[in-house]
Parts: sequence; structure tokens; C-alpha cells
Amino acid sequence: MGLLSGTSKFIKALTYPSDMLPPIMADDEHQHVDPELEHAASKFGMWLFLATEVLLFGGLFAAYAIYRAKYPDMFQHGSSSLNVVLGSINTIILIFSSFTVVVAVKAIQENKIKLVKLMLWITIACGAIFGINKFFEYSYKIHHGITPGTDIFYSLYYAATGIHMLHVLIGMGLLSFLLYRTSKGYYSKDNFTAIEIGGLYWHLIDVIWIYLFPLLYLIG
Amino acid sequence: MSTDNEKNYLENGKGFSSWFFTTDHKRLGVMYLCGIGTFFIIAAIASVLLRAEHLSPGRTIVDAHTYNVLFTLHGSMMVFLFIVPGVAATFGNFLIPLMIGARDVIFPKLNLYSFWIYCLGAVIFLFALAAPADTGWTFYTPYSIESGTNVILITLGIFVLGFSSILTGINFIVTIHKLRAPGMTWDRLPLFCWAAYSTSILQVLATPVVAITLVLLIGERYWGLGFFDPAKGGDPVLFQHFFWFYSHPAVYIMILPAMGIISEIIPVFSRKPIFGYKSIAYSSLAIALISFLVWGHHMFTSGQSKLINIIFSAITFAVAIPTAIKVFNWLWTMYKGSIELSAAMLYALAFIFLFTIGGLTGLHLGALASTIHLHDTYFVVAHMHYVMIGGTLFGLFAALHFWYPKMWGKMFDEFRAKIAFVFIFIGFNVTFFPQFIMGTLGMPRRYYNYDPEFTIFHQISTAGTWLMALGFIFMLYNFFRPISKTAEANPYKSKSLEWSIPSPPPTLNFDEIPTVTESTYAYGNKIERET
Amino acid sequence: MASEGSYRQYVNIGILLMALTVITVAAAQFDFGPFNVPIALIIASIKATFVALYFMHLKHEDTMTWIFATYPLFLLFLLIAFSATDIFTRVLN
Repeated sequence: MGLLSGTSKFIKALTYPSDMLPPIMADDEHQHVDPELEHAASKFGMWLFLATEVLLFGGLFAAYAIYRAKYPDMFQHGSSSLNVVLGSINTIILIFSSFTVVVAVKAIQENKIKLVKLMLWITIACGAIFGINKFFEYSYKIHHGITPGTDIFYSLYYAATGIHMLHVLIGMGLLSFLLYRTSKGYYSKDNFTAIEIGGLYWHLIDVIWIYLFPLLYLIG
Repeated sequence: MSTDNEKNYLENGKGFSSWFFTTDHKRLGVMYLCGIGTFFIIAAIASVLLRAEHLSPGRTIVDAHTYNVLFTLHGSMMVFLFIVPGVAATFGNFLIPLMIGARDVIFPKLNLYSFWIYCLGAVIFLFALAAPADTGWTFYTPYSIESGTNVILITLGIFVLGFSSILTGINFIVTIHKLRAPGMTWDRLPLFCWAAYSTSILQVLATPVVAITLVLLIGERYWGLGFFDPAKGGDPVLFQHFFWFYSHPAVYIMILPAMGIISEIIPVFSRKPIFGYKSIAYSSLAIALISFLVWGHHMFTSGQSKLINIIFSAITFAVAIPTAIKVFNWLWTMYKGSIELSAAMLYALAFIFLFTIGGLTGLHLGALASTIHLHDTYFVVAHMHYVMIGGTLFGLFAALHFWYPKMWGKMFDEFRAKIAFVFIFIGFNVTFFPQFIMGTLGMPRRYYNYDPEFTIFHQISTAGTWLMALGFIFMLYNFFRPISKTAEANPYKSKSLEWSIPSPPPTLNFDEIPTVTESTYAYGNKIERET
Repeated sequence: MASEGSYRQYVNIGILLMALTVITVAAAQFDFGPFNVPIALIIASIKATFVALYFMHLKHEDTMTWIFATYPLFLLFLLIAFSATDIFTRVLN
């Protein structure tokens, strides 16, 4: 019995992370935190998290810099074998999705719920198309016998784009959750912090890709 | 819900789920304490076994592979499960909101998630013990790629623990920025909060690099990525660069909060304002910044280029400056103070003494000429234990004694605590001082066997661990046998905010958010002396 | 809570980012020798800066956010600079 109620509490706590944001207990007057403070704190917290993400990819960028300087020919050759058209399309898609997210953040502050939902839908769809393109790219490469471990360039290609893709998937999950909550009428012009910091995360994915794209596809 | 605040945090709810699902920072601190305590005991048992193995040359109680497994277990568990979350997650959680006059950290639920992630990481780590790694806690390539043990699982566990560390760090930084009570300006902020703030910066900015390193190591084992594999054109030393880019700042993640604790305890038991408040506060930040620049001094003998060796060595000497500033400030704080040698103060004094030895021997290792001789010998082992045990662990023990009344609302027996202290202090020195000598004579670390000429040093060292173990056990016994079931709100007449509320603190900490009007360390005026 | 930026601005920046993407792909078709990498990185950095300043509203954030947004870049520079200094000045014998 205890285990059961424990499990249900666990699931509840995981599926309602909204009060991860302050105020600590919204219904408790003792815990009241000023909404301005809440908004600023959440955004600041998200920026700190983005700093960790930059350094997470930083390891890969450092490896890239060093091995590219060490093996210019390998990188030249590997880079020219990647599909620039597919890469460019994916870049355009991600930039467009960044645009739709920022419109969603703007729209929620004006209480345009329908516009928010539309924009979040488009963003998630962009993420999905990005993933499908990546899937084709990967399967094409693997079909030609190029796998992680073929050489350092391809290892880096798979590691960097793979970890980036993982972030796209997490971002899609996050935005789907926000979309669900939006359609339940949870967010409004007085309560949009979650959408804003969700948007920040999505923009970071875009920024990382802005660097990965030329470094991997273009410098051939 | 004002009734809530009439209960103290320990009484507010009973049973497993009232703890495991709480967002109360004090309860989370206590749970972290249980977590790190458990792993400390496991890892300490491993170290007692390790030392017992060295009672005689050759095989004493375990075979060579078990020995390798034991020191890996001891090292990785002590580092990643005990000492990194150690003081920061336990006392950071418990104290920061109390000290800055807040009701909780700013993201309480995130705080709970961090704890769950810590548990998850610990569980993964424990699963890895089915075929425990034998690589040492640093997982150096190329051996960690080749070892037939459970390297993937153990590194995955550490990866998950890293997330816990990052999220806790974010929480503390934002809390200290946004939730300080009115009047709690940056130059009144208790020094423990300054230390925790600097620690959090390191946790947030250094951990992701080790996360990606471990992911690449897992990829290396799983797919043969080749970044660290010379056979594929990779560079195993690059792994060391990435690893120490985190793990050197991590040394300060371990030690900085302990320094903060010492800065809290010394003025209280000297009845004097802290000397050089600003320089202690800023030296914490300075450490947070400079510690990112010195990681290469762990790699002087790795075949690293001479040029970078010289650069790293020079910066290493620079990082000694902020540390020394703190030590001098603590000494000046005590100068002409009315010092009370309570158990907590004894641990704090031992911290200064042992940490100074640890720090000064670090200079031998930071100098290029002497490190060639001393690198990878017992000298390094002794040095890092003087810093980590003599520093962090003694700091943690000082905190456990000092905040015992606040945390549990009980009083412990000072006399028994001092006996335990004597055992631990003597045991510690008996264990590790001979290792300096051994190391200087050339005894390499992590070796299963040794030449007979080292026998006597090894035996003294092993005997020391028994003394220390006795001390630990007696200290624990003392903690579980309080002499009084109630504690005053402020038994030490401290000025810090956490002592202005009852012991143990009410669930919501403060009935009304306090307004701060003077420094935390305003001791020593006339009225104060008379009371 | 003042809302930052306008729809028109977002559209403009979106178009600018698309244009820069086209430019960087076009520039990659020519060989500028040693300038290939710098050109690509500069264009990428311009794009990233626009995303950060306008889409992520960094332009309107306070000093602390700026510090924590830019300090990782400095650390990344350190990581690359120090490990590269090692690897490319190493003398093997």
C-alpha cells in the first residue's frame, strides 16, 4: 500500500514539474514569491543551465579543433562526403523553428493562445522533420559502411550530431508538454515563464547547430 | 497554513514518503547526509581493507585484481558519491536558506529532483559493482577502454551524478542571488554562502565537461570512436586534459564549502569578528576562477609538452595565493580572541593545521623539478588525503558538531566528542604522515606489492587507519547518544541568522522574513562580552 | 513585465538568419584557402549572436546573465587553447 501511494506520488511529481518553479507552494500564502522575482529567477536558472550545455558541447568542439588541426586531410575528405543539401535544409528548418518559438513566447504575453498553440505545433513539427532528415542521413552513411569509429572525423560527426539530435528530441518533448499545458489553459500573459524558458532551450539547440553545420558540412 | 510552522521540520510528517517526496531543503540536506554517510562508510571499509593488504609485502588478504578493484571503489566512491556532493549538498541545502533568511531554496522541486538523480546515479554505480572497475577513479585511457570490467556502468553512474551536481549548483546560485532577506547585502552574506556560491559556479561550469568526456569514453568502449585511442589516431592524453578540466576544479568543489564552514566556526569560538571578511569572500571567487587554469599540473609526467608544463606550473603557484589568504585571515581572527576549544573548534583548528600541510606539499608537486621525483608516489597520496580528509572531512565533522543542535534539536557530549577527535586526529597523522616519507623514498602509489624496506612505513600507516576507524565509530556513537533531548535556539551565541530561530528550525524556517541590519560577524562589542 | 521585441523584428531577424545561411553555403563553394574556416566561423558567430541577442532576449538581460552566458565561451577557449598548446608543442623522442 505504501509502495503504491509512493509510486503514484512519484509519477505525480514527475508529471507536474510546473511547481518546479517558485512559488514554492502556490496555494500557501506563507510561500508567496513575487511573480517578477519568480520570472527573473527562472530565466536566470535557465541561462545557467544553458551555460552547462555550451560546455557539454564544448568538449566536442575542443576535440574538433584539435583533431582538425592534426588531420586536415581526413576532415577535408570526410566533410566533402556529407550531404550539404540535406544539412542546409536542416539548418533552415531549425532557424525557422527558432523563429516560431520566439513568436510563441511573444504571443503568450499577449494572450493569443491560438497563435501560441499553432507556433508550438510548427516548432515540434520542424523538430520532427529535422529528425527524419537526420535519420535518412545516418542510414545512408551506415548503408555505405560509414559508422562511428570509421575514422575520427566520422566519429566526431556521429557523436556531435547524435548528442545534438538527443537535445532536439528532449526539446520536442519539452515543447509538447508546454503545448499540452497551453491547450489546458494553463498559461496566460500573467504566467508564461515556462514557455519562455522552454523557448530558451530550443534556441540553444539552434545555436549549437548553427556552429555544427559549417564545421561539419561546409569546411570541405 | 500558519499551523504548519508550529511544527519543526523533523516532526512535520512521518514515514518514508514524507521524507522522500519532501521539497523541504532541511530534510533534503539530512537525506543527502544519510546518503553520503552510507557511501563514506562503504568506501572507508574499502580503505581499511586496502591498508590491511599492505601489512606485509606480497599477498596479505586479497589478490592483485581485488586490490585494484578496491582502490578504484574507494577512490571513485569517495570522490563522486561522498566528497563532491559532500558538504555542498548537505550543509549547503540545510544552511543556505537559513543563513540568507529565506524559507527555502528558490526551486524546491528541482532540489528534490537533484536528490532523486543523486539516488539514481548511486544505484547505477552500485549495479556496476557486479563487475567493479579496476581502472582507478580517474578512468585513464587507454586502459579504461581495454579493461574487461564494468567501466561503462560506473561512468554512466557518474554522468548521472553530475546532473545532480549541476542542478544543485544552479539552485544555489539563483537562491543566493534572488532570495536574500532584506538587508542581507553581498558584504553581509555569511562566508559559508560565499563559499557555497563559488562552489556552485564550479559545479555548473566544470561538470558538463566531465559529462561529455565520460560519454565519449562510453562511446569509445561501445563503438570504438577513437578519440582517445592511439591506434585510431586519437590521443589518450586528451582524455586527461578533458578529465582534469573538470576534476581539478572539482578539488575546489570539495574543499571550498569546508573552508566556508571554518570561516563560520572560527569567529564564533574566538568571539571576534572575522578578520578580512572581503578578502575571504573574494578569495573564494578567485579560487573559482583560477582553478580552471591549472588542470595540467596533474599531467606533468604524462608526456605533456614542456611549454604547457611551465605555463601550468606557474599558474599553479598562483592558485596557492587565495588559499593562503584564507589561512592567514583565520589565524588573525583568532589572534587575541577569547578562544573556546569546543569539539567543533578543535576540528576547525585541525583543519587549518592539516590543510596547510596538504597545501604546502602541493607546492612540491606543482614545481616541475620535484614533481618528476614525487609524481605517482605515496607522496601524492598523502598530499591529497591531507587536503581531502584533513581539509574537507575535518570541515564536515566540524560542521556536524557545530550545527548538531540546530539540525537535530539535541545536544551531544562535548567530552566524548573530544576523545573521538583525538583518535581521529592522531590516527589520521599516523596513517598519512609516513606516506610522505615513503613517497619521497620512492614507493609508487597503487602498487599491490612493495619492497621489504617499506614494510615498517606501511605497517605504521595501517595501524593509523585502525585508530581513525575507532575514532569514527566513537564519534558516530556519540552522535546517536545525545545527552539532552532539547537544544537552545542559540547555544553558541552566534550572530548568524540560522541561530535566531528555534532548534530544530520550524518547517517554514522564519515566521516572518527577517531584516538584516549588521554583519554576521559583529562579535566582540562590550554588551556581547558581558552576556 | 515588458515584452521584448516585436513580430516585425522577429521576421526581419529570421529572414536575416536565412540569408546568412545561404551566404555561408555559397561561400563554401569557393576555396579561400586558409580563410575557409574563419569565414564560416565568423558567419556562424554572427548568426549565433543574433539568435542570442534578439530571440533569446539577451539584449534585455541583466549583467549577471551576461556574465554566465559569456563565461563558458571563455572556458571553452581555455580548454581548446591549453590542450592544443600541449598537443602541438609536444616533442616526442
